[in-house]
Amino acid sequence: MSATTAGTEASPTSGTAARRAPRVALFATCFNDTMWPEAPRATVTLLERLGCEVVFPREQTCCGQMFTNTGYADQATPLVRRFVDVFGGADHVVAPSGSCVGSVREQHAMLARRAGDTGLEREVEELTPRVHELSEFLVDVLGVTDVGAYYPHRVTYHPTCHSLRMLGVGDKPLRLLREVRGIDLVDLPAATECCGFGGTFAMKNADTSIAMGADKARHVRDTGAEVLVAGDNSCLAHIGGMLDRQRSGVRTVHLAQVLAATEEDPA
Amino acid sequence: MSELPVQATSATFLGMPSFQRAAKDALANTQQRRNLAHATATIRTKRAAVVGEVEGWEDLRVAGAAAKDEALHHLPDYLEELEANLTARGATVHWARDAAEANQIVIDITRAKGADEVVKVKSMATQEIELNEALEAAGIAAWETDLAELIVQLGHDRPSHILVPAIHRNRAEIREIFVREMGGVGRAAPEDLTDEPARLAEAARLHLREKFLRAKVAVSGANFAIADTGTLVVVESEGNGRMCLTLPETLISVVGVEKVLPSLEDLSTMLQLLPRSSTGERMNPYTSMWTGVTPGDGPQEVHVVLLDNGRSRVLADEVGREALRCIRCSACLNVCPVYERAGGHAYGSVYPGPIGAVLNPQLRGTSSEVDKSLPYASSLCGACFEACPVRIDIPALLVKLRTQVVDEASGRSAEAASMKAAAWMFGDHRRMEAAQRASTLGGRLLGGRTLRSVPGLGAWTQARDVPTPPTQTFRQWWASTHGDDPDAGADEAASPVAGPTGDGVDEATPDEQGATDHRTGGGTAADAESRDPRHTSGESS
Ligand code: SF4
Repeated sequence: MSATTAGTEASPTSGTAARRAPRVALFATCFNDTMWPEAPRATVTLLERLGCEVVFPREQTCCGQMFTNTGYADQATPLVRRFVDVFGGADHVVAPSGSCVGSVREQHAMLARRAGDTGLEREVEELTPRVHELSEFLVDVLGVTDVGAYYPHRVTYHPTCHSLRMLGVGDKPLRLLREVRGIDLVDLPAATECCGFGGTFAMKNADTSIAMGADKARHVRDTGAEVLVAGDNSCLAHIGGMLDRQRSGVRTVHLAQVLAATEEDPA
Repeated sequence: MSELPVQATSATFLGMPSFQRAAKDALANTQQRRNLAHATATIRTKRAAVVGEVEGWEDLRVAGAAAKDEALHHLPDYLEELEANLTARGATVHWARDAAEANQIVIDITRAKGADEVVKVKSMATQEIELNEALEAAGIAAWETDLAELIVQLGHDRPSHILVPAIHRNRAEIREIFVREMGGVGRAAPEDLTDEPARLAEAARLHLREKFLRAKVAVSGANFAIADTGTLVVVESEGNGRMCLTLPETLISVVGVEKVLPSLEDLSTMLQLLPRSSTGERMNPYTSMWTGVTPGDGPQEVHVVLLDNGRSRVLADEVGREALRCIRCSACLNVCPVYERAGGHAYGSVYPGPIGAVLNPQLRGTSSEVDKSLPYASSLCGACFEACPVRIDIPALLVKLRTQVVDEASGRSAEAASMKAAAWMFGDHRRMEAAQRASTLGGRLLGGRTLRSVPGLGAWTQARDVPTPPTQTFRQWWASTHGDDPDAGADEAASPVAGPTGDGVDEATPDEQGATDHRTGGGTAADAESRDPRHTSGESS
């Protein structure tokens, strides 16, 4: 089907990898690796379908976001070192998580600076431009918006805060979704408002977090969508946990899974 | 002056419970939540429209931030310049290190004029130092003349928004306050007062007019102080401020030292940024500028109190000083989903919302319960940074302050112990894999059933179902499909005796702990803490 054609035609546009398949080091992220393996699995399926060579450096663990954002900078700094050691040699690092990529891009240099480690800071700055959230990699590096996906469901999309504001992915995820065959994509009201997860915020300010999540879940239900899609499983877990509790009949699916789905291999 | 001394600060709203506890009470107030949601949504839409009209808004923001940074980086120089120009134009300049000094200066001047009352222009700085309370203790009545501030004052209340201090009140409540309180402090409200905005405004006008015409002394703040001309600027919507600035014989302006701008050119940048960001207007109705004393016109005695009150402490912090760029437009409050739900009082200060969450702990330090909790009063969604006309990176400042709170606690909490254990677990992929095995084992045992309650996850499960861990991690799948054995060599790391090394951490089995932390989505240690006519005013000054 046209799916695979679209994929193979998408020749790599990045200069260094012009004549060979782009080599992608997958950063699965600890959270997806452990709790939502479907998202990194779909990322692998999708990238391989688009002609990439995917590797998974097994030494990877965590970007340190949870530590940094809770104030435990001393605990996060060794993870910055580890990240650079594991991924430093990669052409491209791709992760199915806007917030983890945000933490690498926005916080790793700050942590290295705080630790007074100029060598590490340099390495971070050298690596950072090669670290991409999935939709950025597809659109900016591979130059595709039609990834040959087929997903015949009514879908609404939540642009997570870190993808939207920290990374500035803009409408890239929506451009990808609009090209999906069979999809019925509906706008989410107040889409850019935070769902209230915020990592440990959900624990430390549980009442406010729940109030925010409840409003988000209500907006999702108002769309009549059967699937809520986002590029971050942590936000999806938060909103999805509410939708489940409300027996709303809406399920949450990661963007990578929608884009990986085809007629032959549906999600 | 060459250097600003480090100051003690005022104790505005202190003795507040932590943000979390105050927010919980506020969330139960459905009337307030409705008022806040409606008011902030309205102003957000207005703001977005007028900001969208400006081509090069981003360039303006950069220029605004640069002007403030220039002033802050050379603050002593610009303050000296301001003082010299004010003095040359007939004003008297006073320096106040803290709230007590500033209040005493105002009291002394008022007494010297033989006055027992002052009229006031809305001013954040005088609220911060609790000037009204200090004047009252000295037998001097202070009358707020901004309509929203009048509502707050008559209601014996606290402001809950920078720009719309009575945002938490509705019209019916305002009518009730006017009817009950006005008579006791001046002209009474008309007997047949209704809650129509026009009637409420009329009642306030009649009440205030008597005070404007009678008062000999006025107290103001300033939105900006221009160093190279010695000009003070007040930006407002109602014109009541201008009445205070022109009618009384004596004018005392209490001005935070961070309000200084190098030149009038910088003011033009600010006057494009401020009204659009704050009220969603292209220009505010009243901008008053005065330079010292003009013989025969306006106040003939002009005093300027330059207030430090913790600002030099903030200035000394290379990262934190960014917060002093704030022009109190309140855009960050209006876009903040946390403020919208928790309300302004939960922040325990006249500076609520995102800017309050970074400014208060810096001005006051992080020793009190409320100041320790404020850096955590955010989901770090970034909406505040996006809205801020002077580009204050509030999320980054929050993260930095969280680090300060954690460092000050010096590792003595259950949370710190679990964070250390989790960091130990993530410090090596074999340890992480061992923790994952504990987690997926749980997933297998549960057979995909949804968990309704998990020990230690009380707050989470109260409103959300917890996803069960999958039976296979990603890396196990990868190993089975792309050929790498994740279980190889992991066993020594999984040993329960191999605890995290380092200070003061219990030999908790890190694999257990790590796995649990992990499942909560980064919520390590579901810690002990977790269980357990309003918009009538002008801009801030
Ligand atoms: S921090 Fe920025 S957005 Fe918030 S009040 Fe200050 S200037 Fe306005």
